[in-house]
Amino acid sequence: MRKKAFRAAFPLTLPVFMGYLFLGIAFGVLLASEGFHVGWAVFMSVTIYAGAMQFVAIPLLTAPFNLVSTVFITLTVNARHLFYGLSMLEKFRESGPLKPYMIFSLTDETYSLLCSVKPPEGVDRKWFFFFIALLNHGYWILGGIVGCLAGHLIPFDSTGIDFAMTALFLVIFVEQWESSKNHLPALLGLSVTVLCRLLFGVDWFIPVAMGCLLLSLTLLRRKETL
Amino acid sequence: MSVVFTILTVAAATFFTRLLPFLLFPANKKTPDFVLYLGRVLPYAIMGMLIIYCFKDVDFFAWPFGLPELLAGLFVVLAHKWKHSLLLSIGGGTVLYMVLVQAVFR
Repeated sequence: MRKKAFRAAFPLTLPVFMGYLFLGIAFGVLLASEGFHVGWAVFMSVTIYAGAMQFVAIPLLTAPFNLVSTVFITLTVNARHLFYGLSMLEKFRESGPLKPYMIFSLTDETYSLLCSVKPPEGVDRKWFFFFIALLNHGYWILGGIVGCLAGHLIPFDSTGIDFAMTALFLVIFVEQWESSKNHLPALLGLSVTVLCRLLFGVDWFIPVAMGCLLLSLTLLRRKETL
Repeated sequence: MSVVFTILTVAAATFFTRLLPFLLFPANKKTPDFVLYLGRVLPYAIMGMLIIYCFKDVDFFAWPFGLPELLAGLFVVLAHKWKHSLLLSIGGGTVLYMVLVQAVFR
């Protein structure tokens, strides 16, 4: 049963494999440039497992430990994760003992994948979702290892390698666009966030955009039912 | 030791942001329809938001006017619409962007 779920999950994770390998390498290279060896890359990727946040965390590592500012920065950068759980309440309902790991491993990429995939006929849902999450976690750790080792062994100009994350989101956006008839939420996501970036500046636009998106989607629903 | 504390703090705070919705809407109680509606439409809106987030530090009013980001982004979208190959869209787009920022628009 598990084997079948693994076989169904693996090909679907290949997009994330591409994205995470590039992104993990970018993270590892940056970490190596600050003088950390590969053990730290593994430790961070296993315990934190959040793409953007691990980049942000690198300068924090070289400064003395500050509990309040570390928690504050993490909550700000990761606030968008609050939304992800809302879309997974139903999907994780039957996950049982796997549920804590499913919640822990709910990254941007795993989330987008879980939103769009359906387990094939006769495949156990909870193991199918679990293997998607576990494989993605593995790719992320692998990318970090490769990047950190490469960064120490062959110094090369990795400027711009973090564009892999942008490319991955664009690809997911295109696929979501093609799979849905109602493009309003996607267009709102783009336009509202652009507006918030222009009005509220780089530090605050994400929380404000999240609030505005919640509000506009709520108003749209009321219109739908009237 | 300080590094270990920082990493574990980041890890715990990250897990908390992922856990909170599940604490607010436990599985043994019926989730309000409104929350389920949000769960259906938010994925599309959030992906748009994340794309803009990736472009947040680009200065469109000074050289090179965000051209590397726009060109590489356009390549990713068109390549993916055309072939639906991830190696081409993600790999090709990233390499194109690296060439653009390192060699073309320096």
